[in-house]
Amino acid sequence: MRTLHNTGFKGAVLRLLAHVILSSLLEAKVDFAVSVPASLFAEVLMKIESYGIKHVIVTREEEGVGVAAGAYLGGRRPAILMQNSGLGNCLNALLSLNKTFGIPLLMLIAQRGWRREKIVAQIPMGEATIPILKAACIPFYLPGSLQELSVEIVEAAELAWVRELPVAVIVREGLRNEENRRH
Amino acid sequence: MKRIDAIKAVVEELDDELVICNIGFPSRELYSVKDRDANFYMLGSMGLASSIGLGLALSTKRQIVVFDGDGSLLMNLGSLVTIANQAPSNMILIVLDNASYASTGGQPSYTAGKTNLAKVAMSVGFENVFEVETVAELKKSFRSAKGKLSFILAKVEKGNADVPVIPLSPYKIKRRFMKCIKKNQSLSLDF
Repeated sequence: MRTLHNTGFKGAVLRLLAHVILSSLLEAKVDFAVSVPASLFAEVLMKIESYGIKHVIVTREEEGVGVAAGAYLGGRRPAILMQNSGLGNCLNALLSLNKTFGIPLLMLIAQRGWRREKIVAQIPMGEATIPILKAACIPFYLPGSLQELSVEIVEAAELAWVRELPVAVIVREGLRNEENRRH
Repeated sequence: MKRIDAIKAVVEELDDELVICNIGFPSRELYSVKDRDANFYMLGSMGLASSIGLGLALSTKRQIVVFDGDGSLLMNLGSLVTIANQAPSNMILIVLDNASYASTGGQPSYTAGKTNLAKVAMSVGFENVFEVETVAELKKSFRSAKGKLSFILAKVEKGNADVPVIPLSPYKIKRRFMKCIKKNQSLSLDF
């Protein structure tokens, strides 16, 4: 089942992005994913189980961080797929669960509130996403091309597992990797 | 029944189950009743005991037991919806309901008011739901809960037992917990 807005050029871009993300998750040996819906990841979330990755839809990002932590304790390599608007919803868990116990988590964060954002409510969190990650001492990657995205998902997962902490990969429409500037 | 007596009642029924225990006094009480490598004591992330239990239940065949609290579950009610829909057969969620936030000074929670968490669990899709008030009832419900997704609401008295802080580092709690899962999983491999 393909939703209507995923047709045409935009649909092709989302499918290409999904292919790169899913192949990279497999290369990173991710076998468990939790998600809160994000339009940029629509194709990824639709296909993820067909890549052999166990997928659990959660009601809120913090819950997802907990489910992923439990999966890690049970021997899995989990990732969370979410939108940056949910970063604030899960900060306490990332710090008082993952960072406290040394529980790794690969975070794929679709960033809204960036260029040409039409929804005004997305902009404040869009501007604050990178400063929040920095303040929380959560390492992050900001890939600027599909090639960088594929390499950095694998690198981020390795970093998360070696250092035993959450590591984020920020995915922007158009994969622009400039740091935030004033709009 | 006192909360520590409820914890003790369940611990007496345990064999090799993996236990996830809620932050604060419940973890301290569990530690003082019986420390086991298979106990994961939460130290932060209030509200996430049931979520951690779900992730674990979906990743191992072992029986999972979660000790949650009323205030904690109210912080993450969406978790009940996810668990009921994922429906792992190896998870028992026990809510020790003292109708208050006992670890932070005993402020009342809404389960002291109109809300009954067993009814909430039933309405979001849990099929095996128990509500118990005595040690005997708790033991009986726990025995029949094994092997299927279950929700046990155990009504307990307010107040905390006089028990010390857990003297284990977070890393130690995690490492020995994971080691004990790995050890048992390799034993259960089919050769």
